[in-house]
Amino acid sequence: MKSMGQKSVFYGVIVILSLIVPWLLPAYQTQLAFLWVMVVFALTWDVVGGQMGYNSFGNIVFFGIGMYVTAVIQRNMHFDIEEYVHVAGRVETLTPVQYLEGLFLGMGAGVVVAVVIAAGLGACILAMGMRGQYFGICTLGLGVAAGELANGWEYIGAGSGLVTPVFPDQLGQRGAFFYYIFFILAVIAFLTLRYLYAGRFGLAINAIRDDEDKAEAMGIHTTRYKIIAWCISAFFLSLVGGGAGHLIGFIDPTEVAFAGATFGVWMILMAILGGKGTLWGPVIGAVIFHITQELFWTYLFGWQRVALGALIVAIVVFFPMGIMGWMRERWPERFGHRVEEREAFSASKGGG
Amino acid sequence: MAEQQLMINGVTKRFGGVVANDDITLAVPQGRIIGLIGPNGSGKTTLFNSIVGYHPVDNGSIRFEGKEISGMRVPEIARLGLLRTFQQTRIYGKMTCVENMQISVPHTHESFRTMFSKYPPEVTEKAESLLEFVGLYAKRHLMAGDLSFGQQKLLEFAMALMNEPKMMLLDEPTAGVNPTLINGLIERLKRTNADLGITLFVIEHNMRAIMNLAEHIYCLAHGQLLTGGPPDEIQKDQKVIDAYLGAQ
Repeated sequence: MKSMGQKSVFYGVIVILSLIVPWLLPAYQTQLAFLWVMVVFALTWDVVGGQMGYNSFGNIVFFGIGMYVTAVIQRNMHFDIEEYVHVAGRVETLTPVQYLEGLFLGMGAGVVVAVVIAAGLGACILAMGMRGQYFGICTLGLGVAAGELANGWEYIGAGSGLVTPVFPDQLGQRGAFFYYIFFILAVIAFLTLRYLYAGRFGLAINAIRDDEDKAEAMGIHTTRYKIIAWCISAFFLSLVGGGAGHLIGFIDPTEVAFAGATFGVWMILMAILGGKGTLWGPVIGAVIFHITQELFWTYLFGWQRVALGALIVAIVVFFPMGIMGWMRERWPERFGHRVEEREAFSASKGGG
Repeated sequence: MAEQQLMINGVTKRFGGVVANDDITLAVPQGRIIGLIGPNGSGKTTLFNSIVGYHPVDNGSIRFEGKEISGMRVPEIARLGLLRTFQQTRIYGKMTCVENMQISVPHTHESFRTMFSKYPPEVTEKAESLLEFVGLYAKRHLMAGDLSFGQQKLLEFAMALMNEPKMMLLDEPTAGVNPTLINGLIERLKRTNADLGITLFVIEHNMRAIMNLAEHIYCLAHGQLLTGGPPDEIQKDQKVIDAYLGAQ
């Protein structure tokens, strides 16, 4: 069991390292920024998929919604829409204030839209009592449908995508700027989930995972908890989506925004790799997965997708319980559930 | 018949061509221990499932404390204070015993604030004292799924008590429990009824246990209510004996 002192040193080191790393590795700022996007992906997928046991293949929808809403608000605030669609790629530079206004207002609006859609979809899918594989397939369909809709909708650029405004130089480097935005979002997501998992919400969604019929028979508001869990995922995903669209600079409907085959699958794999249903598991899984993936891209170029496929198979076969699950089994006294002195004492008396 | 805590009136439940419950009428008065017996397949668990809203009934009415509950959903009925335990014991296996207890607090008045709050110390204390009551205190930080079957049964019972129900429907509370533990369990059920005033409606196959526990026993056979009466009369009733020994 870690003492309080050790714990704060551990958190302190992580925070300081995270704050200085973009300056230590300036060439990798964009990749590092994406590291935090991956952490949010895995953490938010795990709320529904890990802690609640509802395997969702459609969480990417909220990422794409956040991305599009932010970009559209940014565009509508500062440009003539007709003109913007046609001169995509040759956009005038915004002042830093304009850029930030559009970005943050857009992210705010993205959150509202994503959470409302999550609640609406939840009321349709979850309140109807859809469970297990049926829920999984249904969410898979949502992801595909969202991509197709975006692909055909002229107002948001349809198949030719949407370009976000050029990042103003006065704000420093684009990679570093978004690095800190995503870092802050990931920390807030982590702390929020840590708080929620320690209370009634965490136990309620765990109960739904372990035995939903029992949870209903005990009077738990299962539908309400399920919809809220889904909305929490949507909340953080839409925020990183809004930022990610501006970082990448170009929003393709199916390759970037509703990228179910890449981001959508990765968020599941990262959570499984680290250990689903744990707080740290998704974080660890995201870091390992993202670094490995970037290394493949650098050193195995041409074969990177094959290597990634092999990695995915290896994760599913060798780490079905994830790294945290494996560590808990290996060192139960350190990572498992704590045994108290008092408990050992009463057990030795022959209690129970 | 005067209004009782639980009133079942003419309840019929069919599964395709099989009539699992045929025009069942019975009442469970407040604060009592009522038994429900019958051979395998006689429709006891189906009746329980109908009462708690697990499936809709085809006919008849079910009233709890004067309120019609036959159209309500499972969690709504549970929140009224009518709680059931399962024949195949059900607990939350990947959570510790204390966590199983904490999440079993009553959910009747739940605001958004309580949904996102931590458990106050009183809840944990109550959880631990109830675990002590059923003899699981020493195991309270173990995963519930790692307990033996009998211990899971005790945990499920403690979880039901944590929920502060008005009436408990117990589906074979002694099945699978070590014979030496059965007496202790019966004793705890009686104390629950006497001290906390919780009405018990119990399905049981163990005749010695149910005769010792219940004040009034209903007997089902082939989906129909055969008879009802005090334990000593039921034991002598020729229809009950025939039903168990297979006479038609």
